[in-house]
Amino acid sequence: MRNLLPVLVVLAAIIGIWYAAVAPMNIRVALDQAERAGVAVEPAGSLERRDTSVWRLMAANPGQISAGYALERPRLPTPQQVGQELWKTTGEMALRGRAMSKRSLIYHGWITLQSTLWGFLLGTTLGILGAVAIVYSRVVDMSLMPWAIISQTVPIVALAPMIIVLSSQLGIEGRGVPKAIISAYLCYFPVLVGMVKGLRSPAVSQLDLLKTYNASGLQAFFKLRLPASVPYLFTSLKVGIAAALVGTIVGELPTGAISGLGARILIGDQFGTPLAIWAALLAAAILAGLLVTLLDVLQRVTLKRMGMQA
Amino acid sequence: MNVAQNDKEVPGQARDGAGPVIEARNLDLTFQTNDGPVQALKDVNLTINKGDFVSFIGPSGCGKTTFLRVMAALETPTGGTITVNGMSPDEARRKRAYGYVFQAAGLYPWRTIAGNIKLPLEIMGFDKSEQEERVNKVLQLVDLEGFGKKYPWQLSGGMQQRASIARALAFDADILLMDEPFGALDEIVRDHLNEQLLALWARTEKTIGFVTHSIPEAVYLSTKIVVMSPRPGRITDVIESPLPKERPLDIRDTPEFLEIAHRVRDGLRAGHAYD
Repeated sequence: MRNLLPVLVVLAAIIGIWYAAVAPMNIRVALDQAERAGVAVEPAGSLERRDTSVWRLMAANPGQISAGYALERPRLPTPQQVGQELWKTTGEMALRGRAMSKRSLIYHGWITLQSTLWGFLLGTTLGILGAVAIVYSRVVDMSLMPWAIISQTVPIVALAPMIIVLSSQLGIEGRGVPKAIISAYLCYFPVLVGMVKGLRSPAVSQLDLLKTYNASGLQAFFKLRLPASVPYLFTSLKVGIAAALVGTIVGELPTGAISGLGARILIGDQFGTPLAIWAALLAAAILAGLLVTLLDVLQRVTLKRMGMQA
Repeated sequence: MNVAQNDKEVPGQARDGAGPVIEARNLDLTFQTNDGPVQALKDVNLTINKGDFVSFIGPSGCGKTTFLRVMAALETPTGGTITVNGMSPDEARRKRAYGYVFQAAGLYPWRTIAGNIKLPLEIMGFDKSEQEERVNKVLQLVDLEGFGKKYPWQLSGGMQQRASIARALAFDADILLMDEPFGALDEIVRDHLNEQLLALWARTEKTIGFVTHSIPEAVYLSTKIVVMSPRPGRITDVIESPLPKERPLDIRDTPEFLEIAHRVRDGLRAGHAYD
C-alpha cells in the first residue's frame, strides 16, 4: 500500500494536467461548432480566430470553454472520454459476446499480443544465444557487439516496411511473421546486453575456484554463469517485452495492416476519430503494463525459489 | 570453539619425517603489464613438508598471493621449478590436490550451504549418498551442523567463511591453500576462527598454505612463517616456529610468541629498507 500512494499521486497529477489542457486544446473546435450552430462568438469567423491565441479565445468566450469537454471529435479528448471509448470497445462488447468482433480492441489487442509474444520469444532466444557467443568468444565479442549496437540506431519505422516487402518476396503470407521479426529486432538488444553482463557477473575468484576443482567449461556455464545471470535476465526481459510490444505496433503502423492496435491508431488518424486513437494507445499501455507486471511476478517467484534474497 | 573439539588429540607424529609436499626452486614470475614488466616473484626457494602450516606474510605487492596461486596452478611461473606432491602444479590441480579458500567466501547465493559444499563434489562426480555424507562430515568439522539448509545471506560473515572452508575440505584434498581467508572479518571473529582452524588442522593433518598480513595471526597459526618483501617479490626470512602444537589463545602473551613476532616484524622492516 505504501508503494501505491506515490503512484496514485502521479496518476492524479497526470489526469489533472490532462483535464486542464483540454480547454485550450479544444477551444477552436468548440468555437467553430458553436458558430455553425448560430451562437455568436468573438471574434467571428475561423480565419479571424486562427491568428488569435487560444488564451485570448478562452478569455473572450468563457461560455464556450465547457463545450470543449464534450466534443465528438476533439483535438484532445478528456480522460473520461478515452475511458468511455475504451470501455465501449472492450468490456461492453465482451459483455455482449462480441469480444472478437473486428471493432473490438480486445480482438486487435490479441492480434498485437500474438506478434509481440512471437517476437519476444525470437528476440530473447537470439539475445541469449548471442550473449553466450559473445562471452565465450573474443572474436564474436569484437565482431558482433558493434553491429548489435549499430542495429539499434537504425530507425525501426524506416526498416519495418522493408522487412514486410522482403518477407513477402520470400513467399511469407500474412503479416504475423514480419511483425514478429520487427518486434524481435527491438527486443533482442536489451536481452543481449543484459545477458552479457549477467554471464560475466561471476567474480574472477569464482572462476578460479572452479578451475581448482578442474571443472569443465560446460560445468562452469551451467553451475556458475547461467544461474548467476538469472537476475540480469529478468531485468532485460522486462525491458525486452516492452520493446517487443513497441516493435509490433510500429510494424503495424506504416505497413497497411488492418488489424492490431497499431492499425487502429493509423485508421483512427486517417478517419479523423481521435477517440479511437487514444483508446488504442491506452489499450497498448495497459497491455505493456500487464506484460511487465507478469514478468515482475515471475522474477520474484523464480528468485525466491532459487533462494536469492529478493 | 566448542569444548568437544578442544579435547581432540593433537597429532604431531604424522608430520615428522614426512617428505616435501611443495618444493619451489629459483622460482621467477614476471607479469607483462601495460606499464612494462613487473617482477612478482624473484628467485623464490621454499620447501613445504607434509602437515606443515605455512604462513606467507608481507606488505601488499610482495607476491605472497601470487606464490599461492602458482602452487594452485592459477599462475604459471616464468622461471625455475615448482612441484606439488612430486608433480607439476597443473597435474596436481587435475588430480584435485588442493582446496582453495579466497578472501571472499564466494558462496553461490542460489545454493544452500549444503548445496555450496556439494558444488565441488558434483563437479568431481561423487555419487549422491556420498555427497550427503561428506557434507555432514565437513559441516561438523567447521562447527556448522544444522546450517546446511540455510542460504548464505542468512549467515554471518564468519559463518560464511567457515562454510567456504568446509567446501574446500569436502573432497579430501591434502593441501589447503588459503588467501587471506579472514582478512575481511573483525578481530574477535578472527581470533575465534584462528582457534578453530588450528583445531581443524590438528584433526585433518592437512598441509596448509596461508596468506595473511597480520603478524599475530601468522605467528599464532604457523609451524613455518615465510616473510616476503616487494619489488621484486621475494622471500627475506623463513622462521620455523618453536611454539608447541597445542596453542591456546593466551599463548600470544608468552615471551616465545612475542620473540617470534619481533623477528617477523624485523624481517618485514628489512624488506622495506630497500625502497
